[in-house]
Amino acid sequence: MATAHSRTAARLMLSPAVILLLLWMIVPLGMTLYFSFLRYNLLMPGMETFVGFENYYYFVNQPAFWSALSNTLILVLGVLCITVVGGILLALLLDQPFWGQGIVRVLVIAPFFVMPTVSALVWKNMFMNPVNGMFAHMAKSLGLQPFDFLSHAPLASIILIVAWQWLPFATLILLTALQSLDREQQEAAEMDGAGWLPRFVYLTVPHLTRSITVVILIQTIFLLSVFAEILVTTNGGPGTASTNLTYLVYAQSLLNYDVGGGSAGGIIAVILANIVAIFLMRMIGKNLEA
Amino acid sequence: MGKITLNQVRKSFGEVDVIPGIDLTINEGEFVVFVGPSGCGKSTLLRLIAGLEDTSGGIIQIDGMDATDLPPAKRRLAMVFQSYALYPHMSVRKNIAFPLKMAGMDAAEQDKRVNHAAKILNLGAYLDRRPGQLSGGQRQRVAIGRAIVREPAAFLFDEPLSNLDAALRVSMRQEISELHQTLKTTMIYVTHDQVEAMTMADKIVVLNAGRIEQVGSPMDLYRSPANLFVAGFIGSPKMNLIDGAEAAKHDATTIGIRPEHITIGGDGPWEGVVGLSEHLGSDTFLKVNAGALGTLTVRASGEVMMHHGDTIRMAPQPGKILRFGADGNALA
Ligand SMILES: Nc1ncnc2c1ncn2[C@@H]1O[C@H](COP(=O)(O)OP(=O)(O)O)[C@@H](O)[C@H]1O
Ligand SMILES: [Mg+2]
Repeated sequence: MATAHSRTAARLMLSPAVILLLLWMIVPLGMTLYFSFLRYNLLMPGMETFVGFENYYYFVNQPAFWSALSNTLILVLGVLCITVVGGILLALLLDQPFWGQGIVRVLVIAPFFVMPTVSALVWKNMFMNPVNGMFAHMAKSLGLQPFDFLSHAPLASIILIVAWQWLPFATLILLTALQSLDREQQEAAEMDGAGWLPRFVYLTVPHLTRSITVVILIQTIFLLSVFAEILVTTNGGPGTASTNLTYLVYAQSLLNYDVGGGSAGGIIAVILANIVAIFLMRMIGKNLEA
Repeated sequence: MGKITLNQVRKSFGEVDVIPGIDLTINEGEFVVFVGPSGCGKSTLLRLIAGLEDTSGGIIQIDGMDATDLPPAKRRLAMVFQSYALYPHMSVRKNIAFPLKMAGMDAAEQDKRVNHAAKILNLGAYLDRRPGQLSGGQRQRVAIGRAIVREPAAFLFDEPLSNLDAALRVSMRQEISELHQTLKTTMIYVTHDQVEAMTMADKIVVLNAGRIEQVGSPMDLYRSPANLFVAGFIGSPKMNLIDGAEAAKHDATTIGIRPEHITIGGDGPWEGVVGLSEHLGSDTFLKVNAGALGTLTVRASGEVMMHHGDTIRMAPQPGKILRFGADGNALA
């Protein structure tokens, strides 16, 4: 695209797509913003009045808000830790030549294809159920009391379920990065007297930083808005022990019929996501530069 | 320090015998070049010596000790790879210091050795850059620097110059030769380029399909190649190989005469028509169509004014004709 003419033409031809995308984003955002300033209750349709920042005030000052905020962050961080560390280990394992490699790789990717609601229900009913679940059976066969995961460690259980879903994604990205590791570099390090661990620390990890960054950025976007897993397992409870911001917004607008308050929560979630994004880009964004 | 002996060393990848069995002695302080066409097993042989591949049989001794089953790090050999294999996330200084750090050397000694190597290799100004910010020649030097700080028993080079442009290749060639003069450490150098082999080696090992065709000094190989393969491989332009009636006159199946050993003019016994002529200034290479003898390459020194279509007479210089038997080996 060298000449001014071709650049103008390019802009012109790109514009429909760009405008469509912009509308796609700006209309819902604008409406949410608008609703967040209204007293808008589903039980009293047609009674909307402008209330300024009242919705924000009540949303932030409800007792559930701060626990939802910290639950959101714990959920994101917990899943990130498990998937990055687990992903590196799994990728290292899958990078080794072994019999049946192709099949095993497909199986490892499989959880990613299972819908969040389905996988959460499978975990809830087949693994974590204190009466019929697999873990309960295992505990009983060892003579232990079954542990009721979803009542006694609801957030940890949800972290486990979500991490299980995202582990394949991290593994896959890290595996491709591992496969592009230069063989001669490894051999040079081997001749330089570096054992397995120094080679991992000084060569493999720096080589993986870019992919780890990608994994963290992409997963963070999706993990900030985990919802289905909570809805079908704990319903945010017990109490608000497993309520994150997304779930709180849902509870506010659809369980309490308060669309205005829910919209305010949505806007707060958007602001939070942006703060996290800025923070992340500051911290690890430089890894993406060539 | 730095004597390497190979005794019936073999290597096969699955069914394929890449190296069917090699005996070779590399003496202390020697500059040995493995040369041969692409795919003949040079790299494999070097990697066997380095310990990066397991042997399928035979014994490798380094300084009289059996090193066949030693891991690479324990063999006290340093290798310079074709791709340089620098560590991209470390500065030049850290790259060079890496083997020392792995050996647990204290920081002051590391610094001393890195600075010394940087001085020898003119890398002083680049020590804090990343490999990605260096040119090919500079990267090559860093790779060499990383090898010399270890003060190894021997250096192994695998086609280290093949990624450089022609001019840089010539100057790096000289630098490596000078490095060998200074360090006097054994060096094993792999190349497919016979010019590199001829100019750098104390001893050339010509390999073909995993076998040693001949071992000798560059001039030995030039003067008396053991067989047709070596005759054709060493020397540029290639030796003229003539068979048929002319060879029979010398009691041989094939005779060989180098382009520089044919004299043009006078009343020489051979006659031919000049085809292509390449004028290099100092030399002129003529492709002469000499009838039953085939196409001969002839080197004339200086500015010879010979053109396409000229008929010339040529004479082989006395005593320069090499004779080969039906099996391809040289006849005494
Ligand atoms: N890891 C390997 N597996 C199978 N075959 C190999 C392997 N490495 C090399 N070879 C084969 O061994 C032969 C010699 O290779 P190599 O030593 O790299 O040749 P050179 O360095 O002389 O060009 C080639 O035919 C190559 O295909
Ligand atoms: Mg090679």
